[in-house]
Amino acid sequence: MAKILMKGNEAIGAAAIKAGCKYFFGYPITPQNEVPEYMSRELPKNGGVFLQAESEVAAINMVYGASGCGARVMTSSSSPGIALKQEGITYIAGAELPCVIVNIVRGGPGLGGIQPAQSDYNQVTRGGGNGDYKLLVLAPANLQEMVDLMQEAFDAADYYRNPVMLVGDGMIGQMMEPVEFREIKTKYTLSEKTWATTGTKGQRPHNIINSLFLDPAQLEEHNHKLQKKYDDMKANEVRYESVGVEDADIVLVAYGTTSRIVRNAIATLKEEGIKAGIIRPISLWPFPMAAFDAIPETCKAIVSVEMSMGQMIDDIKIASNGRWAVDFYGRSGGMIPTPDGIVAKVKEIMGGVK
Amino acid sequence: MAVVFQKTKGLLDNQTHYCPGCTHGIIHRLVAEVLEELDVLGDTIAVAPVGCSTLAYDYFNMDIHQAAHGRAPAVATGIKRVQPDKVVFTYQGDGDLASIGTAEIIHAAHRGEKITTIFVNNAIYGMTGGQMAPTTLIGQRATTAPLGRTVEHSGMPLKVSEMLATINGAAFVERVSVDSPANIRKAKKAIKEAFECQIARKGFSIVEVLSTCPTNWGLTPIDAIKWLQDNMIPYYPIGNLRRPEEV
Repeated sequence: MAKILMKGNEAIGAAAIKAGCKYFFGYPITPQNEVPEYMSRELPKNGGVFLQAESEVAAINMVYGASGCGARVMTSSSSPGIALKQEGITYIAGAELPCVIVNIVRGGPGLGGIQPAQSDYNQVTRGGGNGDYKLLVLAPANLQEMVDLMQEAFDAADYYRNPVMLVGDGMIGQMMEPVEFREIKTKYTLSEKTWATTGTKGQRPHNIINSLFLDPAQLEEHNHKLQKKYDDMKANEVRYESVGVEDADIVLVAYGTTSRIVRNAIATLKEEGIKAGIIRPISLWPFPMAAFDAIPETCKAIVSVEMSMGQMIDDIKIASNGRWAVDFYGRSGGMIPTPDGIVAKVKEIMGGVK
Repeated sequence: MAVVFQKTKGLLDNQTHYCPGCTHGIIHRLVAEVLEELDVLGDTIAVAPVGCSTLAYDYFNMDIHQAAHGRAPAVATGIKRVQPDKVVFTYQGDGDLASIGTAEIIHAAHRGEKITTIFVNNAIYGMTGGQMAPTTLIGQRATTAPLGRTVEHSGMPLKVSEMLATINGAAFVERVSVDSPANIRKAKKAIKEAFECQIARKGFSIVEVLSTCPTNWGLTPIDAIKWLQDNMIPYYPIGNLRRPEEV
C-alpha cells in the first residue's frame, strides 16, 4: 500500500481500526479531538460503535464493560483526562482485561496548557491509579511508528490481558506525516476469550469480571500472579533504539518527538568533535534498563532530555546505578527543546566534567 | 406430587453475607425469578456495584461484571453496546447510584441506554457502616450525621426516580417497596415490566426498591419494616412515574 499523508490523531484512528478495534468510548479534550472525531466517522462504517461518554471516568468504565465482553476496544484522551481515567485503568488492570489507551500528552499540572509535553511520564509508568499494577507503555517518535505499534498494542493487550498505553506528545497528534499501513505479523499467540461475559447460554458456569479479593491471602496471590505477568513483559516487551552509544563521550536519552530534536543536536555536536550517542526508549514501561550496559565507562555523562521538569531521569538513574553522572535538560509547559539549547547543555557538561 | 414452588435457577446456592432482616435477599430473588420467567438467564449480563451488593456476583447465576463505585451504568453501557441483543442490568444501592454515580445514571437514562437498573434505596450507606446518604431522611441519624440530618446542613433527601422521570430517554420509572407480601408482588411486576421494556428496546428502565437496613438503622427487622412504612413511603411515594404507552 502506498504512503498517504495523514494527521497524527487520524492516523491513530485508522491504525486502530486496521488492528481490529471495533469500539471506542471517549470524551473531548485538546489536543486529541481528531481521534474521537475520526472514530465517530469511520467506526460505524467498519461494523463498530463510537460513543461519546459524559466524562472520561464514564468513558473508561464503558471500555471496562466492553472489554469484559471480549471486544477490541480503545479510548483516547490527554493528560488531565488520563488522570480521570486512572480509576478505570486500575480496575481494568486488576480484573485482567485488555484495552488500548492513547494519551496525547499536554502540559500540566492542573489544567496546564494544550501544547506538547512529556510531563505524564510518571503518570503513565508509575501506575497512576491505586495498587500494584503496570501498563505496557509505548512511545513512538513518528507517525509510522505509531501506526506500526498500534497492531502490537492490541495484540499485546489481548495476550497479557492488560491495558496497553500508547503515548504521544501533542506534536505526534497534530503533525502530518506520510504513513503506510503495512501488515504487521503478530508475535503473539492469542487464545479464545473464554473468560468474557457473553451470557452463559445455560451451558457453562457464570463468568465473573472482578478486581475484588476480600481475603488477604487471595489478594496477595492475585498480586503475585500479576507480578509474574509484569516480569514476562520486562523479559519480552522492552523496545528501544540505541545509536552511537558504544564509543560515546556523552549519551542523550530521549523518547517521542524529543528524540528527533536530540538527533539534530547530535549531528551538530559531531561536527564540533563531540561524540554523543542516543538511547531512545520506545517502551517507557518496561524501561530499557539493559540498553545502558552498552555505554562505556569512559562516558562522561548521561543526559535526560525531556519536555518536562525531569521525570524519566529517575529511571535513567536506576539504569545507570551510579556508573555515570546523570544530568538533565528539559523544557516544559509546551515549550519545545531546541537543538541549540541541547548542544549548549552538552557543551556545558563536557566543559564541567573532565 | 406437583411442584408448586421452587428456588429460582437465577440464584446460586451460596449463602449470602446480608444481615438478618435485610431485604436484599428478597430483591435478588425477585430479579432472578423475573429473568428466569422471561427465559433470559443465559443471555443476561449483570453489573454489580460497590456497596452491600458488591458480592452479588457470588449470588446471581449469570455472567456478571463488578464495577467501580457509581460506574455500573457506564460499565453496563459498554456491555450493551457490544452485545445489543443481551439483557443487561445494574444492581445499585443509594450511595452508589444517588451520590457518587449520579452522572453515570443520569446519562445512561439520557441516552435511552437499553439497560435496566435495580436501585435499592435504604436511605443509608450500609457496607461502610451507616454514613449519611443523599437519600437519608430529615432527622434520620447516621454515623456522619450523629444528631440527625438537617435541611440547613445537607439539603432535602434526593428523589432520584422523580428526577429520572423527567428525562426522555427513561422509558420506565417506578418506585416499589418490599415491606409487605402485597408490595413484594407489585415490586416483582414492576421489575418484570422494566426488563420487558429493555427487551422491547423502548429505552432506559429503572425500578427503585425501598429497602431496610436494620443493622445501620439500629432497629430489629420487624421495627425496620415499620420504620420504612412510616417514614420512607410518605417521602418516597411508591408507584409508577413513567412507562411507555405500549408496554
